[in-house]
Amino acid sequence: MQEGTVMEPAQYLTFTLNEEVFALDIGKVREVLDYTTVTRVPRTPEFMRGVINLRGNVVPVVDMRLKFGMPAIEKGVNTCIIIVEVTVDGETTVLGAMADSVQEVLDLGPEQIEPVPRIGTKLNIDFLQGMGKEGERFIMILNIDRVFSVDELLACGADEEDQPRLLQANQ
Amino acid sequence: MIEQLRQAFREEADELLTDLELSLLELERNPTDEELVDRIFRAMHTIKGSSAMFGFDRITSFSHEVESVLEMLRDGRTAVTKELIVLTLAARDQIKEMLKSATGGGEAEALRAREIVAAFRILADGAAPLAAAADSGTDSPENAESGEEITFIIRFRPARDTFMRGLNPVQCLNELRELGACHVTLHTDQVPPLAELDPEICYLSWDVVLTTTRGLDAIYDIFMFAGEECVEIEVSHPGSTTVAETSQKAGVLPSEGRREGISPEPADSRDIPAARGISSIRVTADKLDRLINLVGELVTVQARLSRTALARDDDELITLAEEVERLTAGLRDSALTIRMIPIGGTFSKFKRMVHDLSTELGKDVELVTTGADTELDKTVIEKLNDPLVHLIRNSIDHGIESPDVRLAAGKPARGTIHLSAVHSGDSVLVTIRDDGAGIDRDAVRARGIAKGLIPAGAELSDKEAFSLLFAPGFSTAETVTSISGRGVGMDVVKRGVDLLRGTISVASAPGEGTAVTIRIPLTLAIIESLLVKIGADCFVIPLSQVEECIELTRTDVTRAHGHHLADVRGRIIPYVPLREHFGIAGERPEIEQIVIADIEGKRVGLVVDYVIGEHQTVIKSIGKMFREVRGVSGATILGDGSVALILDVQQLVADEERLEH
Repeated sequence: MQEGTVMEPAQYLTFTLNEEVFALDIGKVREVLDYTTVTRVPRTPEFMRGVINLRGNVVPVVDMRLKFGMPAIEKGVNTCIIIVEVTVDGETTVLGAMADSVQEVLDLGPEQIEPVPRIGTKLNIDFLQGMGKEGERFIMILNIDRVFSVDELLACGADEEDQPRLLQANQ
Repeated sequence: MIEQLRQAFREEADELLTDLELSLLELERNPTDEELVDRIFRAMHTIKGSSAMFGFDRITSFSHEVESVLEMLRDGRTAVTKELIVLTLAARDQIKEMLKSATGGGEAEALRAREIVAAFRILADGAAPLAAAADSGTDSPENAESGEEITFIIRFRPARDTFMRGLNPVQCLNELRELGACHVTLHTDQVPPLAELDPEICYLSWDVVLTTTRGLDAIYDIFMFAGEECVEIEVSHPGSTTVAETSQKAGVLPSEGRREGISPEPADSRDIPAARGISSIRVTADKLDRLINLVGELVTVQARLSRTALARDDDELITLAEEVERLTAGLRDSALTIRMIPIGGTFSKFKRMVHDLSTELGKDVELVTTGADTELDKTVIEKLNDPLVHLIRNSIDHGIESPDVRLAAGKPARGTIHLSAVHSGDSVLVTIRDDGAGIDRDAVRARGIAKGLIPAGAELSDKEAFSLLFAPGFSTAETVTSISGRGVGMDVVKRGVDLLRGTISVASAPGEGTAVTIRIPLTLAIIESLLVKIGADCFVIPLSQVEECIELTRTDVTRAHGHHLADVRGRIIPYVPLREHFGIAGERPEIEQIVIADIEGKRVGLVVDYVIGEHQTVIKSIGKMFREVRGVSGATILGDGSVALILDVQQLVADEERLEH
């Protein structure tokens, strides 16, 4: 996909991570939860926070800070879990994204969104759909399907001792 | 609405086709069984009739052709031959294909249908001389197709809801016309004034005078779907009256009081589908799944209720909670049994497969099944299909030898594959046993070395050798056939069985055969398990795998000199310290617990901090994100709303073994 080709005015939910503002398409957001107890799944990468009980369904939660390589912090009163619906391998999956705080719902027209510069961002530009600007602030608009693609989540997921097995299987 | 009816038809036809297939295969063995011929004919006839109702015209005309040949068979005008069976099987497959599309398939389909029909016609012509030889002396005159014309007076009063049932009375009349000269009188006296007329109700009735050489059965066949209560049939004196004369008589027939004449045959002999079963309702699998989910949630909430009740120490509340607990357990059990279906349906499919494959490979193989009525969760059965297909193919291709080899080895020319299912505790054991050549251990070893799966010169136990079979890309067959030998298969089997949380084991003796046993849990939805705690995290272990729990004290640990071995009543049992294995931070308690599990006959311990107790576990998937996680097979929601992970003991132990070596 060509980054930064946002044509229609759309609504975005903004949230913060390490004092930076991020946004994601409101259509992908199902609900926002207060931080609750997350059950850790052993032997998974640090950013895979674990699983929570969402009204009887088990939903995985990803710590966005750790996912984007930011330092971990203590959970505060504003810490929340944004429940998003992402399309993974053509299937809709529900998962939680843990953020420092949720800010607001924002209307952004195409003129307020610029393509992602190839250099200058600390993030993997594949994760970004565009850069919004509101007043003095930059807003990173995430391509959430990319961020949560299975490849991304599994990239760091395989245990070292699993490697030989995978190699062996490929022979 | 129409789509729903069509769907119902498809489902019905599917069942009929399965039945047809079974009967055909059975008929091959007992070519003289008239009851079977009758069943086959009925199945085909029902398909023809109901496909016409729902507008599957191509299926109707196609099955009509097949039916005509089957009719000759039924009337004894042709004999059961191998060609006939093969052709009818092909026709059955063709109908199955045609069912898949609303219109009855595209051009290619139509072409194939025409080929089959042509083959049937040739068969029918070839059989014609036989027809002359067949005599009908034993039949009563009404049923005989003696060529003598008989005139019937048929009073057809369709039920009022006929249209709702998707039946078109005109079709019945048209079919009657095909039988012979027909005079139809319409009665409109029941039709109400236009204002009161309900267009969905059938107010009409007909009197038909039919002169035909075909027997009474042919007429009843036409009205099979209308229901016999709608039809009265009377015989005029054979040959004595013409259509015109009789119709005059019929025109003034009184409305009632004509019960004399021939009353319909008792329903049991013709109503095969109804006679076959206990009354049942079709429910979509979705609805069932939703029910099971709800029951699952109820079980969770009920656990919470019981906990709260105990904490409040309120006797009335506790009584209520206990009552709810009892009811929930009952509801859970019956909800789960709804999903249980006999495995026989899958077995019967394999009969056909074995028949086709063995013919193709020039081998003589018989499939014997036992325990077809063993019930398993529907999803389990569906997922079990592929692994079983692979295993049976393997048995036919690699296991059973060709007839001359078998005779030379002093075995009967016909090989046997025994497929059985039996309950064992909360699991089902499915065994595929063949009396073929058995697995060549040396070939397996050599192949393993060639593939780099084992080091050269490695000595293998039987068990190790057979486990190689399940490695990806492994195949010992010298040649690649269309059936198996492409190096995929056994690893697919293993994966399929793993997904069902099952285990698989192989036993084989050279020259005597191979037996593959799959052990699978009865259900995938709710299991009994043991709730344990490590640090702040809860885990559940399927109770079926747990043998006992014992304590592990610091002294025990010191005495073992750092080895992860425990002495249980004189036996050495290795254990996996889960806290270490999972990297859970925190201090180990003074006295830990070892949960001893039975893994394929080996006893292995899992060390946890505390054992909390038994728990009704509603299994939830932890999703794709965690599909690579080893040692965890799913998750469940505890009474307090938190999530606990379900341990996959087998995987845990396998990983630990790999780590240590």
